[in-house]
Amino acid sequence: MTTTLNRPAAGAPAASKTAPTFRQRLNVFDVKASPYLYIAPFFLLFGLVGLFPLGYTFVVSLFDWHLLKGQGEFVGLRNFVEVLQDRFFWNSLFNTVSIFLLSTIPQLVVATGIAAVLDQNLRAKTFWRMSILLPYIVTPVAVAMIFANMFGEQYGLINNILASMGIDRIMWMNETLPSHIAIATMVNWRWTGYNALILLAAMQAVPRDIYESAAIDGAGPFRRFFSITLPSIRPTMIFVVITATIGGLQIFTEPKLYDPRSAGGTARQFQTTVLYLWEMAFQRQNFGKAATIAWLLFLIIVLFGIVNWLISRRIATTGDAPANRRLRRAGLTTTRSGK
Amino acid sequence: MTVIDRTQTADRTARSLPLRRKLFGNGHRPGFLTYGLLFAFFLASAYPLWWSVIIGSRSNSALAGTWPPLLPGGNFWTNVGEVFDTIPFWLALGNSVLISGIITVSVVTFSTLAGYSFAKLRFKGRNGLMVAVIATMAIPTQLGIIPLFMMMRTLGWTGEIGAVVIPTLVTAFGVFFMRQYLVDVIPDELIESARMDGASMISTFWHVALPAARPAMAILGLFTFMTAWTDFLWPLLVLDAGNPTLQTALSQLQAARYVDYSIVLTGAILATLPLLALFVVAGRQLISGIMQGAVKG
Repeated sequence: MTTTLNRPAAGAPAASKTAPTFRQRLNVFDVKASPYLYIAPFFLLFGLVGLFPLGYTFVVSLFDWHLLKGQGEFVGLRNFVEVLQDRFFWNSLFNTVSIFLLSTIPQLVVATGIAAVLDQNLRAKTFWRMSILLPYIVTPVAVAMIFANMFGEQYGLINNILASMGIDRIMWMNETLPSHIAIATMVNWRWTGYNALILLAAMQAVPRDIYESAAIDGAGPFRRFFSITLPSIRPTMIFVVITATIGGLQIFTEPKLYDPRSAGGTARQFQTTVLYLWEMAFQRQNFGKAATIAWLLFLIIVLFGIVNWLISRRIATTGDAPANRRLRRAGLTTTRSGK
Repeated sequence: MTVIDRTQTADRTARSLPLRRKLFGNGHRPGFLTYGLLFAFFLASAYPLWWSVIIGSRSNSALAGTWPPLLPGGNFWTNVGEVFDTIPFWLALGNSVLISGIITVSVVTFSTLAGYSFAKLRFKGRNGLMVAVIATMAIPTQLGIIPLFMMMRTLGWTGEIGAVVIPTLVTAFGVFFMRQYLVDVIPDELIESARMDGASMISTFWHVALPAARPAMAILGLFTFMTAWTDFLWPLLVLDAGNPTLQTALSQLQAARYVDYSIVLTGAILATLPLLALFVVAGRQLISGIMQGAVKG
């Protein structure tokens, strides 16, 4: 260690007197250029496949553009006006938001509850954590197939059970609300355990002494949960809500495969916005309007993002300390798993 | 930083342990109600899978009964044969492995390079560029599908694996994830001393950053692989039925005019098995990745 520290100090005065050697100039170049070289592949590829398409989508949306015939005449914002007057667009937006709410709200409530249950001194911790993660490894395509079968209107498991209990069969595919519930169930089934683990990580970062002093002061388990746990995990909760929002607004696979022969149901009763985009582009072959839908969806996602950000900023000022502690703890666990 | 934290945590635990024992006594282990709840949730998680095994190993007539059968039947291998006859299963599996593999290697490589650069190197514009990376994390690649599709068609790549791979060779999230990890995990002194020993920038990266980054690379790789494996919309658009991924091939089973659900569910099981194997091998890493806040795919 001492020798390595001494070596450049001894070499430095000699070097400053003479002109820099080739090797030194190479070294300077290395230091200056390397950082850019390391980030260049990302920015080049991302510009090509991320930013350029987004900009070009806007260009396409300004034209009459057909899948096969290609670019037509310039129409300005006419596509935007027409899409905004298209009741199928609003229908798809309604369906998206409805499915999103039906999936996010119960999912977060159950995930928080399961996380609280897991945040105890359990036996076989790893087993329980793995067991709740099981649905996450089933691909959405398989999930859609399994649940399309279980929610079948004629012979589906759920209707069979309802019928055996003397309840009328529910039209899980042909009616709006039941079909939304069925699709939300697919999303909930796959993601609840995943979100529970994220929330569990946040809960484990809450210092145990707070619980102990609360217990000494006579707070029961429910009081401790609502007064300590929930406020402490707010930042993580916001993170989960934001990711659920971005994912929820783009839902495609589940509604597409729930009834693969239609684009979101015979009467579009569960056609989501991305599904409508797909139908517009590849069935109706109207690329101009499909690009318009893509841009409107992008604006909606940005809007949701800004709203989320504003809310989280407001909450962050009240719940700052737990957030910092969580980050510090996250760094700590990272180091540990690294060793 | 981390060292101080760790001792503090240790101190706190040591101090509070007797107190905790006094407070919660032997009863600090949760009761059967807790395990009952967890078991119920486990059943709800596992039952749809078990149901697909039951139907997938019987014939369609199993669906007609009022109460569902509880055990698998003996039809599984017949159904597997049907699946193989209906879709090019092995081709689809090979394609999925190849596509997910290439994407994983690419994302992990470029994310580690860029993440290291942002975390540990000083250069002009670093902060601005990092903000740009974070900002682009919110842009869903899905929204660019129309120009991307036109691009692939112009290049004549539709139907080829390359068309699936290209759009996800890098992710902003990967760069962000690696940066966050490497900032804390490599001490600046380590890099400085390697530089003083005369190591070039790239060999410093190779000998100092890469070994330290390995755990995070494994987690990022795992999630990238899963995301690529489960992707459906983009492969559906750019591949044709003759050269599918596992996901698009599966969807063909269900798109037939007459849907034989026992075949469909057998296909669903077959498609789940590879990830189930991955889960058995890497389940702990998957859990630790999620607990560190890895984002939805």
